[in-house]
Amino acid sequence: MAEDSSRVLIADDNKVNRLLLSRSVELLGHRVMLAENGRVALEKLRTDPCDLLLLDIEMPELDGFAVLEQLKADPELREMPVIVTSSVEGLDNIVRCINLGAEDYLPKPVNQVLLKARIGASLEKKRLRDQQKAMVRRFVTSEVADDMLQSGFALGGKRIHASVLFSDIRGFTALVESQAPEETIDLLNTYYMLMFDAIGSHGGVVNQMIGDGLMALFGAPLPLDNCAGNAVAAALEMVELIEQLNHERSAVNKPAIRIGIGVATGDVVAGYTGTQQRATYTCIGDTVNLAARLEAHTKVAGCGILFDDATQRALGGSVPMQSLGEVPFKGKAAAVEIFSVTDGQPD
Amino acid sequence: MEESVIDRAVYAELRDTTGAEFVTELVDTFIEQGPGMLAELRAARAEGNAERFRRAAHSLKTNGRTFGAVKLTALAREFELKGLDADPTREVAGLAALEAEYARAAAELKALRNG
Repeated sequence: MAEDSSRVLIADDNKVNRLLLSRSVELLGHRVMLAENGRVALEKLRTDPCDLLLLDIEMPELDGFAVLEQLKADPELREMPVIVTSSVEGLDNIVRCINLGAEDYLPKPVNQVLLKARIGASLEKKRLRDQQKAMVRRFVTSEVADDMLQSGFALGGKRIHASVLFSDIRGFTALVESQAPEETIDLLNTYYMLMFDAIGSHGGVVNQMIGDGLMALFGAPLPLDNCAGNAVAAALEMVELIEQLNHERSAVNKPAIRIGIGVATGDVVAGYTGTQQRATYTCIGDTVNLAARLEAHTKVAGCGILFDDATQRALGGSVPMQSLGEVPFKGKAAAVEIFSVTDGQPD
Repeated sequence: MEESVIDRAVYAELRDTTGAEFVTELVDTFIEQGPGMLAELRAARAEGNAERFRRAAHSLKTNGRTFGAVKLTALAREFELKGLDADPTREVAGLAALEAEYARAAAELKALRNG
């Protein structure tokens, strides 16, 4: 029983119905939560994890239709399976429930055999959906997964304002040659864990990982108010975390690692590129190229972090930085003024 | 012979699928909740609140159907569908008939519950 046991919320204003449905659901081996109207049901769904909602239509305060509408509008709850159990009159009302996203409609009093079949089918569908989502999240960020689930998948992109961050480990090839491959994998996993943490905690998403390098986006797929500020804060935290990691490494006589970070801000085109069969979410445009060039240039400039002019202007002096003059980058018609943080990590 | 107020087949199925002990509890709840529902119906009528009236009739209908109280269900359903506006003079008599039918259903369910 425990293995198949799911949490079912029963929303019904009628005590006889609540008792009867509770009994029926418990007899099927599931756990029951109760709500006496739609408002309470939504409150419970927002605070307690639940697998399925059995929803009455005629309820005071907030009726079943309103609950279905609010569920549909809530990104966190829109996938909650709902079975309407009601003795509401009129086929149009039943159609309305289905149009509002209810998976099924069971007339009251609910037949126990039908209830078992419907609950089983709904929970199975939910299980498959959850499994699919978990799998998708392993390959794309949860933000991209949500974007895909919400807007659907379509090749092509839209122009948005974002900050792009590139980072990689300095002298990684030499490091790889000097240690066992297992040790390199361990180091990479630790490195990525720290970098993901720093980037994620400032609203960024890691979009690509290539060897020891990564690309992160701030402002896509979800907009950020201050994408440049967040990207720079993440960059500073990344450097700080690497310093901490180096302390631990030096304690076991391992060489310190250094990272280089480039940040650029501007318009990018974000969306899915590839084919209908295999595609990836990414950002393209001058801003992306510039961030990559800045990251590469940290080696030349001898700085841990480099920014472009747009990022520096967006920060409005909140982070102490200095201009390193203009640099002619490959692929750019005009030289670009670059900046470094005055307390940035030296190379 | 007087027609049975409770459809015995519906009651038996309810007892068989949920258990005799549970049905006893459910009957008690029905009896406990009934007077409040009838009062709600009267109050809604006095207030002229059609939505409240319809909802109260709907609750009585659902409970009647659960226990196989055929006539109670039919009367309550009529109120739910017709609401306040349909033939108000008939409703006065109808409400009394509904209350009487509820009392019969409650009495028969009590008898069934006690075996």
